[in-house]
Amino acid sequence: MKSYNKLIFELSKEGRNAIAFPKSDVDRTPLEELIPADLLTKEGVELPEVSEVDVVRHYTLLSKKNYGLDMGFYPLGSCTMKYNPKINEDMSSLGRFANLHPYQSEDTVQGALALMYELDYMLSEISGMSRVSLQPAAGAHGEMTGLMVIKAYHEKRGDNKRTKIIVPDSAHGTNPASAAMVGFDIIEIKSTKNGIIDMEDLKEVLSDEVAGLMLTNPNTLGLFEKDIKEIADLIHEAGGLLYYDGANMNAIMGVSRPGDMGFDVIHYNLHKTFSTPHGGGGPGSGPVGVKEHLVKFLPVPIIEKSGEEYILDYDKPDSIGKIKSFYGHFGVMIRAYTYILAMGAEGLKHASHNAVLNANYMMSRLKKYYKLPIDKICMHEFVLGGIKDEAGEVTTLDIAKRLIDYGYHPPTVYFPLIVREAMMIEPTETESRETLDEFIEAMISIAGEAKENPVLLKEAPHNTPVRRIDEVLAARKPVLKWQKSDS
Amino acid sequence: MHRYIPNTDADARAMMDVIGIDSMDGLFEDIPDNLILKRPLKLNPGMSELEIERKMKELGAKNQSTDDLVCFLGAGAYDHYIPSIVNHLAKRSEFYTAYTPYQPEISQGTLQVIFEYQTMICGLTGMDVSNASLYDGATACAEAAIMAVDNTRRNTILVSKTVNPETRQVLKSYAHSRDINIVEIPMVDGITDSEMLKTLMDADSAAVIVQSPNFFGIIEDLTEVEKLTHGNRSLLISSVDPISLAILKKPAEYGVDIAVGDAQVLGNNLNYGGPYIGFLATTSKLMRKMPGRIVGQSLDVDGKRAFVLTLQAREQHIRRYKATSNICSNQNLNALIASIYMVTMGKKGLREVALQSTEKAYYAMHKLTAGGKYKLAFDRPFFREFALIGPKDADLLNKELLTNGILGGYNLNKEYGIENGVLLCVTEKRTKQEIDKLAALTEVI
Repeated sequence: MKSYNKLIFELSKEGRNAIAFPKSDVDRTPLEELIPADLLTKEGVELPEVSEVDVVRHYTLLSKKNYGLDMGFYPLGSCTMKYNPKINEDMSSLGRFANLHPYQSEDTVQGALALMYELDYMLSEISGMSRVSLQPAAGAHGEMTGLMVIKAYHEKRGDNKRTKIIVPDSAHGTNPASAAMVGFDIIEIKSTKNGIIDMEDLKEVLSDEVAGLMLTNPNTLGLFEKDIKEIADLIHEAGGLLYYDGANMNAIMGVSRPGDMGFDVIHYNLHKTFSTPHGGGGPGSGPVGVKEHLVKFLPVPIIEKSGEEYILDYDKPDSIGKIKSFYGHFGVMIRAYTYILAMGAEGLKHASHNAVLNANYMMSRLKKYYKLPIDKICMHEFVLGGIKDEAGEVTTLDIAKRLIDYGYHPPTVYFPLIVREAMMIEPTETESRETLDEFIEAMISIAGEAKENPVLLKEAPHNTPVRRIDEVLAARKPVLKWQKSDS
Repeated sequence: MHRYIPNTDADARAMMDVIGIDSMDGLFEDIPDNLILKRPLKLNPGMSELEIERKMKELGAKNQSTDDLVCFLGAGAYDHYIPSIVNHLAKRSEFYTAYTPYQPEISQGTLQVIFEYQTMICGLTGMDVSNASLYDGATACAEAAIMAVDNTRRNTILVSKTVNPETRQVLKSYAHSRDINIVEIPMVDGITDSEMLKTLMDADSAAVIVQSPNFFGIIEDLTEVEKLTHGNRSLLISSVDPISLAILKKPAEYGVDIAVGDAQVLGNNLNYGGPYIGFLATTSKLMRKMPGRIVGQSLDVDGKRAFVLTLQAREQHIRRYKATSNICSNQNLNALIASIYMVTMGKKGLREVALQSTEKAYYAMHKLTAGGKYKLAFDRPFFREFALIGPKDADLLNKELLTNGILGGYNLNKEYGIENGVLLCVTEKRTKQEIDKLAALTEVI
């Protein structure tokens, strides 16, 4: 197939169009007679003029320059790139869901409200929480919402000196960024050499200024915080609350519940654990679950059941308010709901078992060839730290780029920050042993190439639509839009 | 065996042998026994597709959609026509099953789409630069406010009462947690009261937020507000509707510093409120203060044009708590949809959507007010929406309309205390016949 390198603007030709309209059946009045001329644009808008076929070819050819989950293995650590079932897409496209206006009266959207109410229950049951707000738009938005709830809880008690949030150094970047969004100061604590929270370090930073601790469990090294109960007790005794970053929830469904571990607030990533697609970077959905004592602080509206009727309840005086228009990403909720229906209780547990099994299998086989900073049973993901017995010429970036030549999406690289040359691998449960074996063989082969012919890695990828890109140039002389003179 | 999980029992046993464990429990040894859930989750048993479809259609049957009803409801979410190709192309799994384009060599599709999206958002607003998207119009406005506070080192945001109430509520929640002061600029006769703005503005005013067309559909002239705002060295943030920009004066023509809005109208389904897509565009001067992802053009090692995520030093995964925002996942798929829509409409098509929405809305306004029972709440030029005051509460009106297959307008009593006020929306999808029916019904209800 020939390569395609056009921007849509370069296809534009005056007079072409891709749309026809019915003739307006009301009289066309000159616009100036309806709207004063000084409110109208003098410039018009800049959009391309192309035919319908141009549009279809353009986006189809662009799609061919993408690597999607449907094309192959996508072991991107912390991102839970599991298969996105097709039925989810069909259900969310049903007209009776997709074509609902958010301000329709409640009696005309009872099915939608029922779905949301049930999804709240399902997510609560899975995590051991009391109630869930479906409003947050993504994981980071969920973090922000959860932290607002924590802030509101302390404010309500008149405990205004709690201005600090503890975040481990292994945390996702969004954790400290979300805490800052909510106006908290951040205390970073170190991990032990085994990758889990240093209890002594934790004890040292606890005080009556601490609003809470944000934790991912299993953490970003793929390890379960064994002392979680003790951590929870310490935080609670100090008057703080415990926040669960649900990015790694895929390891523990039906096995263990954050609510039982002592967490007060949790966000879920429906676009990770609950199989809704990532869309190339959203839309996600980041519902927030809380224990009973925090329910009154959740965003409004909350969906309640009154007799047989579902209603949107705005009457929550202690609520943090609204954090997004309307009720959240309903289209994403439908997909997650469909997924939970398909899996059922047993299926979800089976999923977590196999997610953890796949990760440990890969780790066991790869550790002979790659450095494994922490060699113990992992949860749903693990972190490697470069090739064993390699001179240090080859970087993790080189390995990642070489994997592209082998037909794979690379793992997450250079995260978590506490592991040098980190490569974080999360296979998920929807991959077969054969797929894992093929990937492992590729990794072993690359480890060999790194020693025999490192240039092969340095110059990778070789067969992609474009090769390594000058990121410094992009940042130093930003070109953020197309201009006529560019072509 | 579950259909989404390919490991067979034999696979699992062989893999456990490699790991060196006897049973699945061996994988979870780190979890203390008292934290292991000893009962099954109280959820449904797994379902087949056929069962799922049956259940979902039962739920759907309890909804009435804009396919079932004739929609005159807007107020921030709009029933515009979506061309057939939009969903065909956006449903390509190479797009929707990809992650954020961290590996640019195998993500040029997504990256180029965003680059083109940024270009077109600039083409609509006239602004210099756009980011890759934010969650929705309301959060985009809140992010713009934070951007203004950080940039001016002042701490008060003045927001017009004519800005969408959902937006103002979201702004309030965001601002509360950062101790940013929000001051509301009162409205006079359906528009921002610029006299009051003069009095409210002071040395702590970081930004002024206005919306045009405002919540009542009224087109606000920002000339005076712009003078006052910049005279005070505050930033001007304007919330705009992308379709209206095909005919109305653009943010850049007014000298706006940050243009925000919701691009749901550009080909996205109503989806009962989400996912939609927020956009944020600004001047070159403020480029490095922008929140969110940004795609830039560069070259690859062979000198070929290539696209890549750029200016990442602003972002959470690099800057952590010093980032301009915490946003990570945004609305990429919705940006794709908006792009396909904009390209399909083109310069002329988008103008036609705007013109037909305008002339049909004016036709509806004249028709509805002709009998004297309904009158305009504010006699000012508007786009697509207009506020009427009638003889009864909008909820009662809407109830009657619903029995006649019509989805009525937004009740203006709740947020604005406009008794018997209703905000009606007319897009290009509405026909003369539908409008006439609405008018006839309002005469008898």
